[in-house]
Amino acid sequence: MTVTLSPPRDQVTPRRRPKSRWRRGPLVAWLYLTPALLLFLYFKFIPMFEGLRMSFYEVRPYLGDRWVGLDNYRTILTDSAFTSAMWHTVLLAAGTTAGSILLGLLLALLVEGPARYLWFVRTAAFLPVVTTIAAVAEVWRIMYHPAADGLLNSIIGWVGLGPEPFLASEHSSLLSIMGMGIWRAAPYDMMIFVAGLVGVDRTLYEAAAVDGATLWQRFIKVTLPALRPVFWILFTLAAIRGLRIFVEVYVMTNGGPNGSSEVLMTLIYKEGLQNNDLGLASAGSLVLFLATLFLTVVVQLVRRRSS
Amino acid sequence: MRFDTTLGLESHKGPVATVLKFVLYAGIVIIFTGPLVGLLVSAFNHVVDPTHFSLPEQLTLENFTKAGERKVYLYLVNSFVVVGFGLLLQMVVSVFAAYALARKKFRGMAVVLLLMLTTMMIPEEIIAIPLSVVLGDLPVLHTNLLGSYAGMILPVGAWGFSILVMTEFMKEVPVEIEEAARIDGAGELRTFFTIILPLCRPALGVIGVFGFTMIWDQYLLPLIVATDSDQWTLPIALRTLRSDEEVGIGVLLAASLLALLPSVIAFLAFQRQFMRGLTSGAVKG
Repeated sequence: MTVTLSPPRDQVTPRRRPKSRWRRGPLVAWLYLTPALLLFLYFKFIPMFEGLRMSFYEVRPYLGDRWVGLDNYRTILTDSAFTSAMWHTVLLAAGTTAGSILLGLLLALLVEGPARYLWFVRTAAFLPVVTTIAAVAEVWRIMYHPAADGLLNSIIGWVGLGPEPFLASEHSSLLSIMGMGIWRAAPYDMMIFVAGLVGVDRTLYEAAAVDGATLWQRFIKVTLPALRPVFWILFTLAAIRGLRIFVEVYVMTNGGPNGSSEVLMTLIYKEGLQNNDLGLASAGSLVLFLATLFLTVVVQLVRRRSS
Repeated sequence: MRFDTTLGLESHKGPVATVLKFVLYAGIVIIFTGPLVGLLVSAFNHVVDPTHFSLPEQLTLENFTKAGERKVYLYLVNSFVVVGFGLLLQMVVSVFAAYALARKKFRGMAVVLLLMLTTMMIPEEIIAIPLSVVLGDLPVLHTNLLGSYAGMILPVGAWGFSILVMTEFMKEVPVEIEEAARIDGAGELRTFFTIILPLCRPALGVIGVFGFTMIWDQYLLPLIVATDSDQWTLPIALRTLRSDEEVGIGVLLAASLLALLPSVIAFLAFQRQFMRGLTSGAVKG
């Protein structure tokens, strides 16, 4: 059909075909890819290698960099500021990940379903996910105001609790940041779980009911196994996001009070851009990268073994 | 018995169950939207310090006029400039790259895909410090991007997620349509712009809304690039607005609301596309 409609020009010059086919192939493909590859090269790959290089140097602008071997790494693994920051990062990542996955699953079970009002509840609950972190962190910082008539303290006061110092105390600063992290991450996990629940084979529910299984047994034996792939994806995403946490901490406490909520990224930022120790900061970034890489690989291995 | 949901809450009818369900769902909505609604209300209220929240007796714009004196609107414009040009660049780059990956056969495709996945494996935070050095003196070009909009825009120009979502979508467009256009004599670019691109409109919505929230939420990048407070984007300016002599935390509340609204509006307007990208992105890892 199309051939008969084509202009006669094509029939006059059929010889162009081999050339244009080549032009339609590799060359054009690389032209289309050039912008992306150039941007990736300049803003991802060059910084990556620059970071790797700097991590072995004492970076001294104008004076020339001095090779220090593994000194920067030694500092990171032994210096108490870095080791406690690493510990805080792991605690925060673990707490936020576990909390948001459990809460997300619970929410998903409660709000799944085709009803219109459930759609509304899901959409409303999802809002924290799309909000700007810096702005919600400021809002939570205000809500966490440590005085007895601070917003959250007033609310927990109604049930006879508090007042809590929240971000102002060394003992509760990390937990408070975790609270906000779970609030912001749980609805995301909820949405993914809801999508996963749609895929659960409903005939298995019927079969379970015929066999006289309780709701709990059905949940453990049918629902959870079906959600396993979703669970692993969420775990990996949340754990990596938890390890690289920066804005929440930087805005809410900036590592304080007394270093009690210092995480790796805030410390790296301080060393790199405030103390200008770029070598040390780069080494810290690399350690963080290796941690996320390690985590991803381990999760993949465990997943493969279990399936 | 029906098995629409795991817990089967739907099947519980009757007054007690209805009331319980209402309380439950209202509780969920309040917990997750409460802080945001609270912000919306207090931004228009006279709130001086964080211990005196009350329902406004009278709505006022004083926080927003004060915000102007503290350059909040300048920061807002900066944010919009960065997100406008950044998103445009990101979408163009993604569409071009995706077209090559979905439609062309060439040597080295596997390597390109691997490189894209690598960029997605490296969190932005981790390259932030060396990126600040690279931006100060771009290799070969020897340009300094620190202190310029370009420094905040170019690094977000290519995003692996967008490219992969677009690639997946373009693979679904039937090859026959494209071939028909070629036989009709349409050239490379014409095929691309008049055939491929219009067919990909739904995917453009997906990468558009995700790109918008991604760029709007950038924090470390503008923090590194800005050399002068006049270059700040709204999110990084927030922490300097925490108190004001006259309206206390009022300016912060107004500015936070302005920082939150665009991405919330983008989400509500493009909900379907958002959910689609969310599930496709997560399911494929």
